[in-house]
Amino acid sequence: MSTPPDAVLPAEAGLREKALYWATHFLQNNWRKLVLFVPFAWLLLFFLAPFYFVLKISLAETTIASPPYTPMIEWVDEGIMHVRLVIDNFAYLWEDDLYVNTYLSSLKISSISTLLCLLVGYPIAYAIVRSSHTTKHILLMLIILPFWTSFLLRVYAWMGILADQGLVNDFIRWLGFEPLRLLYTHTAVYIGIVYTYVPFMILPLYANMEKLDWTLLEAAADLGAKPMTTFATVTLPMTAPGILAGSLLVFIPATGEYVIPDLLGGGNVLMIGRVLYNEFNANIDWPVASAVAIALLLVLVLPMMLYQHVQAKEDGLK
Amino acid sequence: MTQSPDYSERPWMDPEAEPFIKVQSVSKHFGDFTAVDSVDLEIYKGELFCLLGGSGCGKSTLLRMLAGFETPSSGTILIDGQNMNDVPPYERPVNMMFQSYALFPHMTVEKNVAYGLKRDRVPGDEIEQRVSDMLAMVELTQFARRKPHQLSGGQQQRVALARSLVKQPKVLLLDEPLGALDKRLRDQTQYELMNIQEQLGVTFVVVTHDQEEAMTLSTRIAIMDAGRFMQIGTPTEIYEFPTSRVVANFIGNANMFEGRIIENGDDHVIVESKHPDCEFYIDHGMSIPEGTKVWVALRPEKVRISKDSPDNADSRTNMIKGMVHDIGYLGGSSTYRVQVDGDHLVEITSPNMLRPKEAVPPIDWDQEVYLSWDASSSVVLTK
Repeated sequence: MSTPPDAVLPAEAGLREKALYWATHFLQNNWRKLVLFVPFAWLLLFFLAPFYFVLKISLAETTIASPPYTPMIEWVDEGIMHVRLVIDNFAYLWEDDLYVNTYLSSLKISSISTLLCLLVGYPIAYAIVRSSHTTKHILLMLIILPFWTSFLLRVYAWMGILADQGLVNDFIRWLGFEPLRLLYTHTAVYIGIVYTYVPFMILPLYANMEKLDWTLLEAAADLGAKPMTTFATVTLPMTAPGILAGSLLVFIPATGEYVIPDLLGGGNVLMIGRVLYNEFNANIDWPVASAVAIALLLVLVLPMMLYQHVQAKEDGLK
Repeated sequence: MTQSPDYSERPWMDPEAEPFIKVQSVSKHFGDFTAVDSVDLEIYKGELFCLLGGSGCGKSTLLRMLAGFETPSSGTILIDGQNMNDVPPYERPVNMMFQSYALFPHMTVEKNVAYGLKRDRVPGDEIEQRVSDMLAMVELTQFARRKPHQLSGGQQQRVALARSLVKQPKVLLLDEPLGALDKRLRDQTQYELMNIQEQLGVTFVVVTHDQEEAMTLSTRIAIMDAGRFMQIGTPTEIYEFPTSRVVANFIGNANMFEGRIIENGDDHVIVESKHPDCEFYIDHGMSIPEGTKVWVALRPEKVRISKDSPDNADSRTNMIKGMVHDIGYLGGSSTYRVQVDGDHLVEITSPNMLRPKEAVPPIDWDQEVYLSWDASSSVVLTK
């Protein structure tokens, strides 16, 4: 920081004026650094710090105390620091079939849900982009509208719709068919996840398609491509970034989803969010619960980092 | 024995030639707006035909109807004798070069050019051969593996051309093909385009708003305005024999004199103008009655300018006196704006054939000058 020229500040200036002057001067000279500092501070405070605590707990052991885990650093007499890191929790996750199966089941459910969201969201995003200016805004509004109601409330509404005596089954009975078991099945969980997360698929796809050069489709047709071929060779590759962004936005939260499998899947659907909740609240085993969370993070983050690495390599080759 | 004339360069003159593209009373409406208003057009094989007009005149809509991106509201389009009205773009024997080039950004130059051949299921080795031949023709062989965004504007333009020609279409449609290039590159590419067209014998239909481009490129030009054709003809016909004031003003500059026909002979007409000292004698006959209101169009380069009175016998015919108002010195030529009868400005361009001895130009501001022209230089227009 450079020293301000004294001449600017009158000699008889009070402490208040001086402080104000220095603060202004500091901001003027360092605002670039400060602007960059904001996102870093945010990440540090709301991501890295909680992550550190969870990681710390995952490497501890359960005790009957408050908080219910052993401290990481202990000071034994004569100033010897005793660091205790236990990886038993992670080994336990690996050894117990329940956890492995739940992870696999979660990944399967979120993968299928992502695919379903894509199948539902892609045509919707396409239709929105191709519609007229006014219709476009109304349609986008309708996509965002459900967010104005509480998420929990909407999931409860689905319980009412899918229940044995719910709307869907009333309709099926009215048609004269046998009612279906819907609530507390995988189907109900898929319906809930797709319903909740489809806007997260549509919006990035919409943003991507909005920038698409439609004359490319005309060019493909002109060169002899039938509509399906045009879609496969031009539209799909051109919208791939949107598909990827939307899929990540659906896949990641869907994997850790707790409310939907709990309310719509009951005990029949194994998902990691429920296991985590049970470890934490029912078993009061904070270290195992934390290990579950850390393992989930690794499961989700590693493939993403791999993808980014490959992408960066490809960009470098260009 | 009479030799039949050679029509190979001018197929539209051949009474027996069958037009390759026939546009028959085609209209296109967008809501209340009529983009193309019941036009008829015949284009022959091997022509380089230009649709010329300002923006919104309907030229692009007509081109898009030929490509199949728009369907005519009424009328029919025939290409090679086949009705195209219900044929989708991907089944038409035409290809288009887009104004924005529309190159596929996710494909290399090679893949872009091969795209159309792959759709036709041409065997792989043939595709390779034809693509490399085409890239050699547009001199882009060393850029085959690049992506479009790694090329300059001129190179992208040549990829677009190669991609649209590689399928050997019967007709190539070009939408403002040189529009995105800078002046120097445009001049150069213009001639390349003509060479390629001649080499391959493909019929070109070019849309442009640039009259200079249309004049150099085309065998024939159709001038469009408000969805209709104003005139169709060779560049020379359109420049030298415009049929309306709009065309005369659109292509090049023209001095317009309003007047009335006072004598209509077999081989000449005489027009009396507003200027009391000037009478126009035009050496082509007109089939319009005497007394009709007409306009005489006179191109700036067809007027002689001199300080001395030209020595014709009649000083009233095809001659006018005026005062130099403005001089634009362009090096090779100069443009003079001469004030006649108060406020009317006449524009004259004259080549600077002699190098002036001193820096003083031979004709200077505010000098009195005589303007004169030949009987064959002006055109009488009725609309």
